[in-house]
Amino acid sequence: MKSTQIQKILMALTGFFLCIFLVIHLLGNLQLLLPAEKAKTSFNWYSHFLSGNILIKIIEILLFVSVAAHIVYALILTLNAKKANGQKYVYDRRGTASKWYSRNMGMLGSLILLFLIIHLKDFWYQYKFTDLPIDEQGYKDLYSIVIEAYRQWWYVLIYLAGIVALGFHLLHGFFSAARTLGVYNPKYVKGFRIFGWLYTGIITAGFMIIPVYIHLTII
Amino acid sequence: MKIFLKIWRQETREAKGEMKNYVLDDVTEDMSFLSMLDLLNEKLIAAGERVVEFDHDCREGICGQCGVMINGQAHGPLPHVTTCQLHMRSFNNGDTIYVEPFRAKSFPVIRDLKIDRSSFDRMIQAGGYISASTGQAPEANSIPISHKTAEAAFDSAACIGCGACVATCKNSSAALFVSAKITHLVLLPQGKIEADERVRKMIAQMNEEGFGHCSNTEACEVECPQQISVLNIARMNWEFNKGGFL
Repeated sequence: MKSTQIQKILMALTGFFLCIFLVIHLLGNLQLLLPAEKAKTSFNWYSHFLSGNILIKIIEILLFVSVAAHIVYALILTLNAKKANGQKYVYDRRGTASKWYSRNMGMLGSLILLFLIIHLKDFWYQYKFTDLPIDEQGYKDLYSIVIEAYRQWWYVLIYLAGIVALGFHLLHGFFSAARTLGVYNPKYVKGFRIFGWLYTGIITAGFMIIPVYIHLTII
Repeated sequence: MKIFLKIWRQETREAKGEMKNYVLDDVTEDMSFLSMLDLLNEKLIAAGERVVEFDHDCREGICGQCGVMINGQAHGPLPHVTTCQLHMRSFNNGDTIYVEPFRAKSFPVIRDLKIDRSSFDRMIQAGGYISASTGQAPEANSIPISHKTAEAAFDSAACIGCGACVATCKNSSAALFVSAKITHLVLLPQGKIEADERVRKMIAQMNEEGFGHCSNTEACEVECPQQISVLNIARMNWEFNKGGFL
């Protein structure tokens, strides 16, 4: 595991796994866009269904391990690169040769982590470890918690900022992971690039629409 | 034209270097960048000072010896040229030009702008060759290779090992250099035989030499004088992965 090549592969694999998770997460959250009553019933049932499922519990553990591994290897690789750089340039214009977000994956990742902490604290932790009000079906009423949160405009802004950071991270991350895993045929490279753009666009747009839509329709 | 220079001066590997200022009044725009440095050195000799040492050899853009950071960019502002192929017409009268050595921990400065790139040699020695019996050259048509494959292999083989990729990379990664050699050899029948062993040994040596990882910013391809494609890196990753990890 000391080889940066292997560490990179682990970054790519955990990254891809988290990409798949984002799709599932978005699909589930789209229920929030249903008419209010329907959304409440459907979303609370869905949350209850997920929290009781053993398969989901395993995936949850896998998710936490993936996030942790993604962070740990990112730190190891970054520190190693710092060492590899040696003395700094007095005058440095190397940035003109690449995209800013490709050079700042660590910064974007840190923003996503901050967002993730807020996100988990406000929803996941609340759901798992506190007594929430019960809805008509007898399930914990996570829907109302979500709606309350998105009532605050500043909270929606935090969400949008987090998702923008996620978007740029995905924009480079998706294609970079494909390259690390060895997609070299120019035809497939192009395919992965376009798929990466589409994927990033859909994921970021989807996650941005939800809080904005709720905020605008609730008042 | 008048040119203001800020050049990295460093006595020895261990010494602490610093930027020093020089002014040249009689630079012409037809001079190559290295001729301009020659002019500076002639003046330094006349003044009894130590010359600015820099690497150079063919001055035709094909040997890979020259290479400095010019105004923060590897080989200067022109795309896909070596330092020797950069001319002073790319600058304006009165410009200030920063000249620094290519920097990476694995490229220690020997003196001034001269760096030690023997880490590149050791990575090639680790596996960037084919084991063949020496003797008479074999009959050329005994191993058929398609034109397309031969061209692709040659595109990768065109790397001159100047080190601009490492100097430009934010992680000081040597992935472009190593992958060019791996791809060059794996495309050809003679190179395929040791392909798996080669990719493992060369990547291990790249780690050993202390280069950073590749994070696919693709800056290396932009600065490469030979326009070595970043897809070489993808091919190297594929060769590595198929041999064991996946």
